[in-house]
Amino acid sequence: MSADNKPASSRAGMKKQLPEKFINYKHVWVFVELERGEVHPVSWELLGEGRKLADKLGVQLAGVVMGPPAATTRAAVEGSYRYGADTVYLMEDPLLTDYRNEPFTKAMTDLVNTYQPEILLLGATTLGRDLAGSVATTLATGLTADCTELAIDDEGSLAATRPTFGGSLLCTIHTLNFRPQMATIRPRVMAMPEGKDGEVSGGLIEVPLNMKEDDVITKILDFIADNTTNKAQLAYADVVVAGGMGLGKPENFKLVKDLAEVLGAEYGGSRPLVQKGWIDSDRQIGQTGKTIRPKLYIAAGISGAIQHRVGVEGADLILAINTDPNAPIMDFAHLAIIGDAMTILPALTEAFRKRLSVNRMAG
Amino acid sequence: MHIVVCIKQVPDSAQIRVHPVTNTIMRQGVPTIINPYDLFSLEEALRLRDAFGGKVTVLTMGPPMAEDSLRKALGIGADDAVLLTDRFFAGSDTLATSFALATAIQKIMETEPVDMVFAGKQTIDGDTAQVGPGICCRLGMQQLTYVQKVESVDPAKREIVVHRRSEGGVQVLKTSLPCMITMLEGTNQIRYGTMDDMFRAARADVRVWSAAAAGIEDMTRCGLRGSPTVVKKVFAPKARAQKARPVDGEGAEALAAAAIEAIFASQPKLESDLLKQSAGY
Amino acid sequence: MTEKFDAIVVGAGPSGNAAAYTMAKAGLKVLQIERGEYPGSKNVQGAILYADALEKIIPDFREDAPLERHIIEQRLWMLDDQSYMGTHYRSDKFNEERPNRYTIIRAQIDKWFSKKVKEAGALVICETTVTDLLKDAAGKVIGLRTDRENGDIFADVVVLCDGVNSLLAQRAGFRAELKPEHVALAVKEMHFLPRDVIDERFNVKGEEGVVIEIAGTVTSGMVGTAFIYTNGESLAVGIGCLVSDFKKTGETPYALLERFKNHPSIAPLLKGSEVKEYAAHLIPEGGYKAIPKVYGDGWMICGDAGQFVNALHREGSNMAMTTGRLAAETVVALKAAGKPMTDANLATYRRSLEESFVIKDLKKYKDLPEFLHKNTQFFSDYPNLLSKAAETWFRVDGIDKKTKEGQMVRGFVKARGWRGLLGDAVKLARAWR
Repeated sequence: MSADNKPASSRAGMKKQLPEKFINYKHVWVFVELERGEVHPVSWELLGEGRKLADKLGVQLAGVVMGPPAATTRAAVEGSYRYGADTVYLMEDPLLTDYRNEPFTKAMTDLVNTYQPEILLLGATTLGRDLAGSVATTLATGLTADCTELAIDDEGSLAATRPTFGGSLLCTIHTLNFRPQMATIRPRVMAMPEGKDGEVSGGLIEVPLNMKEDDVITKILDFIADNTTNKAQLAYADVVVAGGMGLGKPENFKLVKDLAEVLGAEYGGSRPLVQKGWIDSDRQIGQTGKTIRPKLYIAAGISGAIQHRVGVEGADLILAINTDPNAPIMDFAHLAIIGDAMTILPALTEAFRKRLSVNRMAG
Repeated sequence: MHIVVCIKQVPDSAQIRVHPVTNTIMRQGVPTIINPYDLFSLEEALRLRDAFGGKVTVLTMGPPMAEDSLRKALGIGADDAVLLTDRFFAGSDTLATSFALATAIQKIMETEPVDMVFAGKQTIDGDTAQVGPGICCRLGMQQLTYVQKVESVDPAKREIVVHRRSEGGVQVLKTSLPCMITMLEGTNQIRYGTMDDMFRAARADVRVWSAAAAGIEDMTRCGLRGSPTVVKKVFAPKARAQKARPVDGEGAEALAAAAIEAIFASQPKLESDLLKQSAGY
Repeated sequence: MTEKFDAIVVGAGPSGNAAAYTMAKAGLKVLQIERGEYPGSKNVQGAILYADALEKIIPDFREDAPLERHIIEQRLWMLDDQSYMGTHYRSDKFNEERPNRYTIIRAQIDKWFSKKVKEAGALVICETTVTDLLKDAAGKVIGLRTDRENGDIFADVVVLCDGVNSLLAQRAGFRAELKPEHVALAVKEMHFLPRDVIDERFNVKGEEGVVIEIAGTVTSGMVGTAFIYTNGESLAVGIGCLVSDFKKTGETPYALLERFKNHPSIAPLLKGSEVKEYAAHLIPEGGYKAIPKVYGDGWMICGDAGQFVNALHREGSNMAMTTGRLAAETVVALKAAGKPMTDANLATYRRSLEESFVIKDLKKYKDLPEFLHKNTQFFSDYPNLLSKAAETWFRVDGIDKKTKEGQMVRGFVKARGWRGLLGDAVKLARAWR
C-alpha cells in the first residue's frame, strides 16, 4: 500500500509549505455585498478589518463589486474606496442584478483564478454564506466561517478565530497551504471603520462576466419584501435588553419587553429561548443569531456561554442580572446585579421610568 | 422521487464540559443528537416523498456510533440509511467532508437516480453551513440555501419553486432538478414516527460503507490530508482582568437604583440620549 | 401493530435491562420500550454498582462495562454543624480480582447494558412512552398502548420496570399513589477533579475508590442521608430526604445540598472542583410495607416500580437487577413448560423474591422507615450529643477524665432523659432486628 493510502497522522499539514502555484497569490480582497442597490454594511466593516490585515502584510486591499450596470453599482465602487480599498475589481452585468448562486460563483471564481488574492473575506449573511461555500469548493480551498477575530501570524498566514464545541472554547484556524484563505465574518463583529471624507478614488479593474442568461438555470420569479413594522433592528440598536433561561417561564419574557419599552430599546434573547419558541429567531442574540454593539446591554437570566459572549462583547457597557455570582457572564460583563430577574427587571423598569420622566414633567 | 438527506450526529452542545485543568473538551458521556437543523430538512424531504411518492435515504459521515442517528432518522420515517465511516475520514474539514459525501451520493446514484439532496442549514458544532453547498457544487446541482418554503414541485417538468430567505425579504426562485436544499429552522413541524417506523428503524440493515466502498479512490482528498483548514489552537477565552462589579443594595429597588447610578456614571452621554428620546426628540 | 411478543419490558433501567436481557438470552421474543431518548437518560443514581447482582446476569461484565473505581474504603459519618464522627473501613482485601462494589456513572452503564440487551436479541425502542396497559374482558393484561401511531402492541406478559413513579402501575390499578413519606427526593452534582487530586485527597491509587455515607444535622432534622463517591475523575455528591419532610419544613433539596457542600468537613474534599451536571430523582423509601402486589394476570413489576429499595444500606440497583432477573427467570420457566402467564403461575416470582435477599432484607428492616420518621432525634439531637461528647473526650484541658465522663453522660441525660435514652436504644434495636 503506497504512503498515499495511509490515513494522515495527526500533525500532518500543520506546517506552512505553500505549493509553488500559490506563491504569487497576493493581496487582501473583501466581497462587497450589493443587493437591490444597497451595500450591506458588513462589507464596510470587513474593509476596515481587511485594511489592517493588508497593512500588516504590506499588500493591497481590494473590494470586489458585482452588480448590474447601474449608478448604485458605481456607488458601491466609490464606497469601497471610501472605506479603505486601494483597488476595486468590478463585474458589471445584468445577470448580476439579483443574487443567484451560479453567476456570482462564476464571477468570483473567475476573478480569483485570474487575479489570485491570498485572502478573501465575505460577510456571513445568507448571501455571503451561500456564495462562500460554493466558491471555496470550486477553488478547493479552505473556508473558516463566522470568525470573531482575524490576525496575521508571524509567517504571514491568516489566523481566523471562532468559537467551537458549542461555544465552550475558541479555536484558531489556518488555511496554511491553499489559496485564497477564505473567511466569513458576521455583521457587527468588526467595528464600522471611519469613512474617508471628500473625494475618493483608487484602482479599478473591470472584468466581463462572460455568461449568458440561458446558462443560468435558476430564475428569480419574485422578491417579497419583509413587512418591517415589527422587525427587530437589534444589530444597530444603542440599547438592548435580553433574557435567558434564567427567566424560568415564557410568560416572564414580558418583563424584558417592559424594560426595553421604557428604555426605547430593542429586545432579544439567548439561543435556548429561540429553540423553545419563546421568541422569534430574528431576536436571537449571540454568535449564531445577531451580533450587537450597543452602548448598553442588559442581560437578565443569561448564563453567558461563549456563543452568547461573542455576540455581545462589543457592547460598551454590559449589565448582567443573575442569581449566580459565578456565572460565566460575570467574566465579561461590566456590572452585575446578583438577584432574581423576576424581581429585578420590574424594579429596574420602574426606576428607569421615574428617572427618565423627570425631565418631561419639568420641561 | 428519490431524496437523499445528509445528517450529522453532533454532541449535545448544551452539555459539553471543558476539563477544569487540561482545558480539553470532555466528550465522554456527552449525549449525541441529530444536528437539530438537519431535522427540518429531513421533515421537508419526508413531506415531498409523501406528496410525490418515492423514497428518502439518509446519509451520514461519521464514526461507527453515528449509526444511532441514522436509526433515529429511520424512526422518524426515512426509508433507507447509509453510514459512511472510515478512519481515513478522521480530521476532515468541510471540504474533505463534502468530497466524501458527494462521492457517496454518486455511488448511490449508480443504482438509483437522486432527484434532490437535502442538508441542514448548519451544524451546532461547526456552524459553517459549508457542507451542503460543497456537496451541491461537486454534484453540479442547483443550490438553494435558507429555504423557507418549498412552494411547488413539478416532477414531470423536473422543476421546483422555493422561497429563499434573503436580506430584507424573500426571493422566489425557480430552478431545475436535481437540486440541493437547506431548510431554515422552524419551517415545519418534525413528525413523530409511527410504531411501524420505530420497529423498522430498530431492525433496519444500515448500509455501512468504507471510503473504498463509497467509490473514493483518492484518499488524499479525505480526512486530515484533504482538509485545507487546520485547527492550530484551542483555548478558553481570556477572562477579563476584572469580573463584573456587583452593585450593592438590599432588595430589588435598592439594587436597581444603584445599578442605574453606576450605568449613568460610566456613560453620561447615554443618560442625556435616553432623556432626549423619552422626551420625544 | 400486529406483531406479538412473548414479553414486553417497560423501561430500560437496571431492572428492565436485567429482565430483557435474561429473557432474550433464553430465546424469548422480547420487546423493550424506553421513554427516554436513550436507555439511562431518565435515570439518576449516586452511583454504586453491586457486582454480585450483575455477575449473576452477565458473569463477565468486567470485560467491557464502563466502571469508575472499585471500592476499597467505606466511611460512615455522623455530622453536626461543625464536626463529624465516623467509622472507616478500608481493606486491601477489596483489591481483589473480581471486586465486589464499584462506583459507576449510571447513564453509561445503562447504555452498555442496553447494548448487551440488543445483542441478546431483544428489540429495543426508545423515545416512546407507554400510555396504558391493554386488558381483555377478563381483566388480563394482553399488551400495552404507546403514544405513537399504530402503537398498540400485544404480548403474553408485560414486565413493568418503569421506575419509582410508575404511573402505569398506578393507572392500571396495581399500585396506589405514592405516599410522600414513602419516597425521598435526592439531588446530586458531579464535581470534576483531576484523577491525581482525587487519589491524593482520598488516599487511593490506581482504580481504588472510596464511598462516604453521611447522616446528621446536614438534613436539618429531616430523615435523610448524604453521600460522596469517588469516580475516576469526579466526585458524586448528593443529599436526599423524605418528600413528606421537605413538605413539612419547606426546605429545598438544593439549599440542603449547598449547606452540605459548605460544611467545614466537606468543603475541603470538594475544593477546586468544577461542578457540572445537577440532577434530582425520587428514591423509594417505604421499604417492605410499601411493596405493592408485584404480579398478576399477564403482568409483573420489578425494580423501583415495586419499591424494592433497602434505604438503610443504600441498595436499590442490585435489588432492581435481581428482581428483573428473577421475574425473567419465572417467565422463561413458564414458557418452557408451556404454561400461561396467569396470576397463579406468576406467583412463583414473588416466592423467588422471598427466598432471596431482596425480601429477606426488606422484611428485616420493615419497621425502620417508620421508626426513623417518628424518631427524628436521631437526625438532630444525637449528632449534636455525640459530637459534644466526643469533643469533651478528646479535648485535653486539665479537667480530670472522671469529671469529663460525668459531663458527657449528663449531656445525654439532660437532652433525652434516662427513660428516653433507654427507649431510643430499645426502639432502635427492635427496628434493626
